Amino acid sequence: MGGVVSRPGLAIPFGRDGGSRFLPALTLLMVFLAGLALAAVMDLERALARWDQSLTGTLTVELPAATGAGDKSLDAALAALRVAPGVTSATPIDSAATAKLVAPWLGASLSPTDLELPRLVDVRLDPAARPDLAALRARLAKAAPGATLDDHQLWLDNLARFARSAELTALGILALIGGVAVISVSFATRTGLAVHHDVIELLHLMGARDGYVARQFERQALRLALIGGAGGLALAVAALLALGHATGAAAFLGERVTLLPTLHLRGWNWAVLAVLPVVAGLVAMATARLTVLATLRRLP
Amino acid sequence: MVRFENVGMRYGTGPEVLRDITLRLETGSFHFLTGPSGAGKTSLLRLVYLAERPSRGLISLFGEDLSRLTRAALAPLRRRIGIVFQDFRLIPHLSAFDNVALPLRVAGMAEAKLRDNVREMLEWVGLADKLDARPPTLSGGQQQRVAIARAVVARPKLLIADEPTGNVDDAMAQRLMRLFEELNKLGTTLIIATHNAALARQFGRPVLHLEAGELTAAAAAWAAS
Repeated sequence: MGGVVSRPGLAIPFGRDGGSRFLPALTLLMVFLAGLALAAVMDLERALARWDQSLTGTLTVELPAATGAGDKSLDAALAALRVAPGVTSATPIDSAATAKLVAPWLGASLSPTDLELPRLVDVRLDPAARPDLAALRARLAKAAPGATLDDHQLWLDNLARFARSAELTALGILALIGGVAVISVSFATRTGLAVHHDVIELLHLMGARDGYVARQFERQALRLALIGGAGGLALAVAALLALGHATGAAAFLGERVTLLPTLHLRGWNWAVLAVLPVVAGLVAMATARLTVLATLRRLP
Repeated sequence: MVRFENVGMRYGTGPEVLRDITLRLETGSFHFLTGPSGAGKTSLLRLVYLAERPSRGLISLFGEDLSRLTRAALAPLRRRIGIVFQDFRLIPHLSAFDNVALPLRVAGMAEAKLRDNVREMLEWVGLADKLDARPPTLSGGQQQRVAIARAVVARPKLLIADEPTGNVDDAMAQRLMRLFEELNKLGTTLIIATHNAALARQFGRPVLHLEAGELTAAAAAWAAS
């Protein structure tokens, strides 16, 4: 018995229509784009959590540049901070470290003594305690007039807003990709139905239920979407690894001074990405089934 | 088995291709359907094998009034009908075996069970050595016999053949007609559309004669001509 006999159920010659050729390529592109968009969403979530974690529980106190050797405002501020409830440490940032902070903008050749830089104090808070920032500000103003206290909230809020907008954009792109996938599979299925009209009518006249014909289209759509999806996933993983390497290298060039987050996906992030071809396959399968059933309903 | 009452049919908004057809075919009967080209033979057969719905009138098949049946309920009825198409309608990329196996697979028969049925049927039509052959590699007569094997493999109660001898020589036509007679003896109801008056005359079966979409009383005279 030949090969054809041993492969029952393939009454419809799918290999002979255009849909069979362009669907894998289309799925490849869509899974690739969806992979990048999804990775962006997951990494932004991680970055946001990391920023939040690193800035929560810290404060920065800024004092005007020293007016002279007798200026005791830094000592007074430190003393006031160290006895304040909820404060675990208050460490002055020396002028060399401060100069390093502004070096990306002003250049490294400047000596700390060339400029009147404000003095900074890094304050650490007890994560379990909820310090009264208003009382702390009042205490600081009394001890060192002109000192300001920055809890980073404004910066963090702006960053969070930006990250959320980027996330929503990425999710919107994902939804669009899904929509395009549905339209494309529906179009390819309709093309297949038109091309194989004679065989489908024959099956119908033999008493095939609509589900029997739909199953053949479903299997074909699933197979093609999985093939294309696997290719798209491979491309997306390669692109993300390259991107992660590139952003990591930028972040570690000399000092970690870049504002761009590094792309760093965790184990479960990769697992979510690995599911994308399966999701693409299931979407293709469901779309093909619904399209076939809707079309066959027109037959008597 | 088959009952038509004042049936009319048109394609879309076109003119009626069948008008006021009333007929009754009993179980186990064997009828020829005759008439000139364009008389409506294929349209009438399409109504019988449920490829079309009538524009008016009532059709009853296997005792079921079709107008009362849902679309889903028609599928089991179709499985009781075997069709030999004028152009065979074999699927070119499938082997003769798979073409014949198709109605059984559609009906959900297990592969192990259908193999013997299909082989037996291809042996019956003299093509036991052509199981793996694809239709384009077969002669017209061989394709016709594969089409007949496919039409009868599911043991239909009603067999409809549209010009089954139109593409074969006289010897093959005679052989095919003997196959149909054998089936009829086994209890299958047959309707065979043909424009071959001599064939209808030779087998001496009742004739339904169509002229311009209407059944006429000229059947006997046409068959005798």
